[in-house]
Amino acid sequence: MGFLPVLLWTDVLFFLLLAIGVATIVHVRREAPLRAAWRRVGGRPSGMASAVILLAFLVVGLVDSFHFRPQLPVANGAAENVPVAHSSEVLSALDVLLAPLRTHVEKTYSAPFATALYARETVELPGGGQSRIYPRLAWGGAHLGEATGERDADVARRIATGVAGAMAVWIAVAAILVVMLARRRGNGMGEAARALWRGETDLAWRAALVTFACVLVVAILAIKLAPYYHVFGTDKVGQDVLYLSLKSVRTALIIGTLTTLVMLPFAVALGIMAGYLGGWVDDVIQYVYTVLNAIPGVLLIAAAVLMMQVVIDTHPQWFSTAAERADARLLALCLILGITSWTGLCRLLRGETLKLRELEYVQAARAFGVGTSAILRRHVLPNVMHIVLIALVMDFSGLVLAEAVLSYVGIGVDPTTISFGTMINMARAELAREPSVWWSLMAAFVFMFVLVLSANLFADVVRDAFDPRRS
Amino acid sequence: MFAYVLRRLLYALPILIGVNLVTFALFFVVNSPDDMARMQLGVKRVAPEAIERWKVERGYDRPLFFNAAAQGSGQVTETIFFQKSLRMFTFDFGRADDGRDIAQEIRDRMGPSLALALPTFVLGLFASVSFALILVFFRASYLDFWGVVLCVAMMSISSLFYIIGGQWLVSKLWALVPISGYAPGFDAARFLVLPVAISVIAGVGSNARWYRTIFLEEISRDYVRTARAKGLSERVVLFRHVLKNAMIPILTGVVVVIPLLFMGSLLVESFFGIPGLGSYTIDAINAQDFAVVRAMVFIGSVLYIVGLILTDISYTLVDPRVRLE
Repeated sequence: MGFLPVLLWTDVLFFLLLAIGVATIVHVRREAPLRAAWRRVGGRPSGMASAVILLAFLVVGLVDSFHFRPQLPVANGAAENVPVAHSSEVLSALDVLLAPLRTHVEKTYSAPFATALYARETVELPGGGQSRIYPRLAWGGAHLGEATGERDADVARRIATGVAGAMAVWIAVAAILVVMLARRRGNGMGEAARALWRGETDLAWRAALVTFACVLVVAILAIKLAPYYHVFGTDKVGQDVLYLSLKSVRTALIIGTLTTLVMLPFAVALGIMAGYLGGWVDDVIQYVYTVLNAIPGVLLIAAAVLMMQVVIDTHPQWFSTAAERADARLLALCLILGITSWTGLCRLLRGETLKLRELEYVQAARAFGVGTSAILRRHVLPNVMHIVLIALVMDFSGLVLAEAVLSYVGIGVDPTTISFGTMINMARAELAREPSVWWSLMAAFVFMFVLVLSANLFADVVRDAFDPRRS
Repeated sequence: MFAYVLRRLLYALPILIGVNLVTFALFFVVNSPDDMARMQLGVKRVAPEAIERWKVERGYDRPLFFNAAAQGSGQVTETIFFQKSLRMFTFDFGRADDGRDIAQEIRDRMGPSLALALPTFVLGLFASVSFALILVFFRASYLDFWGVVLCVAMMSISSLFYIIGGQWLVSKLWALVPISGYAPGFDAARFLVLPVAISVIAGVGSNARWYRTIFLEEISRDYVRTARAKGLSERVVLFRHVLKNAMIPILTGVVVVIPLLFMGSLLVESFFGIPGLGSYTIDAINAQDFAVVRAMVFIGSVLYIVGLILTDISYTLVDPRVRLE
């Protein structure tokens, strides 16, 4: 079946960000001081462990960024030369991988691993009369048939085989790592394995392997169980909560990274210019960021989002699909968050540049007659990049948390965009039910917690490694 | 000092004008009042007369900057910019969509907001500083390590989780306090205990970690070594020397937010049904009541600038070396 690739704006920027990331890695490999700093990051167990988890999230977000529109089936008996029509629904590669989760839609809530619905329903008995029963789920444990009593045994069996499979994969990966370590260190395999086991390698491979084992177990259990059960239950309209959680990852990553990416050019250019040029340029730039700073962040975001909503709603002709409109709103939210958050970085960069411009090497460059733009590019910019990097990783976790709050307030992502915020927003009234529906809230919070915690840990390690005032 | 404060106040004026211009641009230039009317009245099939009526009711039927139809000074004053933006400097915010006077509403709602925000602020500061001091007292020990881990874990949890979880556990499961609501007078305490506790817990992680770094930076200074060398106990060093000298960086972050306490907390107020300014703002955002959002933006910026000036004054109180001239 054919399909029509769709390139959303956030996809483009996300890929651009990855390209920048790859270019940075190539650059870092060539520069000894940068390599040393990143080695310090890799040498810390918490750095390696959080990097592994972030990488897992990144893979999910990346697979979810290849969008396309599936071709609609041609009706039987239609003329040969009918133009091919494509569905207006935009899917991603992740949707294809998770097809069983996406399509296994129940009627309404069901608990994790449940085989029956959460609520009782009145059904007609075959022999006449009515009965109140918990209806059987259409998909959850469907392979069990009527033998729902065997569910626990079935789940246990799947968990056992899943863990065994995860262990097999893990041992293979660990073996490859040992071979590579042995080759790099130029000594025997046994010695390399022992160094790994004791955590004596230069990079904290032991922590990485342990974390990888956890990720692997979770992933393989999900692969083993999710097609047969609703591992995290289903939500109000019967959608699988695990599917929603995985789809939310991309939104969180986009908000956390693109926001910093779009504000970076402004913050860097203005901050360096204000610090280096001084005079009226400094005054104007300081005035601009003081004004933006003076407006309480949430209110500025609220005002901007309200206005953006009006623009989007009054120009429906700009967007050919609902996904494109939701995407435009997501990108606009990133822009708005960027506008409200660049001031802090700008001020830091201004202060650092003020210090740098008095240093000997900048003075020398000026004495040699190097032009201002060349000095800024060649001497100042590389020496403030550590601040930019630290800001990038430090902001990420705050932005992921902010998304959920903003979506709750009603000024976040489009309600049709799946995100942790919209999940929480839809699920928050459900705790009041009897018995309470806790699983969709729990899933959103657990996913967010793992993502934000690893981002926080990673940010700490990066800051320690790159900030010259520490260590 | 009086001259200094006066100069700072004068310097605040251009900033407020800037804020005003930004909000004006956001609310009237990016979108015409027609767009807003259509948004409020429903995008499709709305009669031009209805739009006109909506604009007249709210005073949006004037030109933006210059009114050629008016006489004399009316050419400037009979405009949206003058009526809607410049009027705010006299704290005249006009009326909300439900017809109530915004300024009056703000005065009424300030009390509940403060009743929630002030205890939260004081208790939160006390809890964070004490926790940070404990960590610093036991620095480089397992207690310190796991305390920091706890802080990082606590700051990684969404504030929504604290609120929803706390409400569910304390109010629903244990039924200790009402889930939400408010009562005037001392009766309010019943409703405020849980939101205050939750806000304090939600903030303690990141704050305590921040204060810990400040204290640690201070503790590596020479005067601390001197104090230890002359035989002072660790407790005296911490409380009499480190805590006092760490006041400057702490004040920088803390005093700015004191005036903003008036604005209340958006999330907590709306979850707990407290009729303060935070829930007022959220309701306005959800109802797309532009006049209220505009007013709150203005008040927020005024309070922020007041906070900056207070910060400078507070420096002179804790640090005799700082003089405002």
